[in-house]
Formats: sequence, C-alpha cells, structure tokens
Amino acid sequence: MSGTGARENVFATRMALTNTKLRLKGAQTGHSLLAKKRDALTTRFRAILKKVDEAKRKMGRVMQLASFSMAEVTYATGDISYLVQEQAKQATFRVKAKQENVSGVVLPAFEVDRVTGSDFNLTGLGRGGQQVLRAKEVYAKAIETLVDLASLQTAFTILDEVIRATNRRVNAIEHIVIPRLDNTIKYIMSELDEMDREEFFRLKKVQGKKKRDTAARDALAAAEGPTTPPEFEDFGDGTGQDLLSSKDADVIF
Amino acid sequence: MTSTSFKNRNLLAVIGDEDSITGLLLAGIGHINENQKKNFLVVDAKTQVSTIEAAFQDFTERKDIAILLINQHIAEKIRPTVDRYQQAFPALLEIPSKDHPYDPSKDSVLKRVQKLFGE
Repeated sequence: MSGTGARENVFATRMALTNTKLRLKGAQTGHSLLAKKRDALTTRFRAILKKVDEAKRKMGRVMQLASFSMAEVTYATGDISYLVQEQAKQATFRVKAKQENVSGVVLPAFEVDRVTGSDFNLTGLGRGGQQVLRAKEVYAKAIETLVDLASLQTAFTILDEVIRATNRRVNAIEHIVIPRLDNTIKYIMSELDEMDREEFFRLKKVQGKKKRDTAARDALAAAEGPTTPPEFEDFGDGTGQDLLSSKDADVIF
Repeated sequence: MTSTSFKNRNLLAVIGDEDSITGLLLAGIGHINENQKKNFLVVDAKTQVSTIEAAFQDFTERKDIAILLINQHIAEKIRPTVDRYQQAFPALLEIPSKDHPYDPSKDSVLKRVQKLFGE
C-alpha cells in the first residue's frame, strides 16, 4: 500500500507527518507559481516567434534592395571593395545592449548606436559619389533591420532555454516531488494507524488478562466457599423483623 | 547564464562574400582592434572551409561582438557547426547575398521556429 512508490526516509511520527504535509503544500504552491511563470513566458515566446518569422522575411527583401544599390555603385564607380576594406579602422556603426525583464528573465535588446563618422568620404570622389552615399544609407537601414532581428533572435534563444528549464522544474515537481511527498504521507499515516491498532490490541489484551485474573480469583474464592466474607451472611431467622426493636449487645449508641 | 556579459558587446562581425562585406563596411561596421584583428572575413570561391570554421569559432568566442552576420550560402558550407551553435551571444544571423536569395527553410533558427510551431 504505502510501499508502492518512492518515499522519503522518515520516522513515522506525528511531527514528521506535519512537516511532510507542510512541504507538500509548499510544493503545490511552487508548482502553481512555476506553471504561471511558464505560461507567461510561453505567451511572450509565441509573440516573439511570430515577429522573428516576419522579420526574417523582411530582412530578405531589405538585403535584396541593398545588394541592388551595391550593384549600382559597382556600375558607377567600378570595384571599390578593396578600398573600403582597407579603410575600415574603427566601427562607426555599433550596437548598444539594453535589458528587459520578463517574469524574472533578463532579455537583452540591441539598439543601434551610430557615430556619424567621416569614413569613406573619399570613396567615389571621382564618380559615383551619389551612388556610394545612397548605398551607405541603404545598408545602414538594412543593418538596423538586422539588429532588430538579432534582438528578437537572442530573446528567442534565451526564452527557449528558460522555458525548457521551467518546464523541467514544473514536471519534476508534478511527477516526482509531489508523488513522493504523497507517498510519504500515506506511509506515515499507515504506520500511525498500525501503531494505533497495536496499541488498541495491547490494551484489549491487558484488559482481557485483568478480567481473566479477576475471574480466576473469584472462582478460587467461590471454591473455598464458607470463608466467604461475613458481610454477605444471610440471617435467615431474622426475616421480617424490626431491626430497631431487637437489642444488640454491641450497639454503642 | 550569459545575460551578465552582454553589456560590453557592441560590435557586429561579418563572414560573407565580397559584395556583402563591402556594403556592410560602407555602412560603418568595420573594426580593426589593437591586435590588428578584423571583425570581418571575406569569403570567395577559393576560401577553405577550415578557414571559415576557424573564423566562425573566433568570432563566436570574442567578447566584444554582439551580432555575427554570415551569408547563408557560406553558412551552408559549415552547416553542422552553425546548427550546433546555440548560444545567445553573439546572436547569429544568416543573411542573403547578392547571388543567393534568402531561403527561410535553411535557416537554423527558423528551422527551430518551424519545429516549435509544428508541435
């Protein structure tokens, strides 16, 4: 009965029962809290999932546009890739990380942090300067989209991980901790009942023995017959007589 | 958790073909640090897969990179490594290139998204 499932190794006492009951209650509260957290995270996760999907598709279009403007540059100025690669020294286009809190989970969000530098202002000086400028702007826009997407994706990755961990904990509590505490409680109850029964049986036995002893003593007394206590003696001759009228010698008053 | 270490990540890194790199550098993401280490790798037809792998490892292990951009057709070459990459930082983004239009079904993140929606 109580030995069916895993249980904790405790002594079956009322104290342990109270403790275990308290812990079961705690586990149940924790379970419901974690389940709530999981639900909140999942809601958030679903929203992000949709956004990631959209943003990825949008990125495809934006990057296509950017490639096209690059093609224009190449057409107008010739190959500038070597020049550009050589001139890259310090990043003027950086990102800044902010953090956002969703049910105790810190989600980073990237923000574009752009320093208006004077990089590449000699590029395309001879011809195609306008195209280069345009390409620069288009690419900057494209990267902004990419940064947005990166924030979403990071949030996605982190949330995924956290949801998994939360799920594991919820399931562990639901399927391991609570059943084990339940089993412990059942075990303690059955042990206490057993002890109760034993005690009852013991008392019954004691009473039975006492009764038997009394009976034996009575029987012995009955067998000895005449020596029964004189108080129970029957004065057969004095029936119906007034006790007051007769004078007793030993009456003092 | 990695969440404590993203404060000082502020660079973008790229692994891509020449055109993509040029465009992105033009926008100003190029950076060469004090050790003369670039934050971009130009991949052409002659680049070895091992070089790409090494750059990928390098960029993902650097502590100042927030986002790693990689052309999808290049990611395709090191797909097992990319698929195995699960860290939050740096965020890995697969971008389309000029001659290779974007294919959402190959993206390792979108694959996970699809899987989750499919459940």
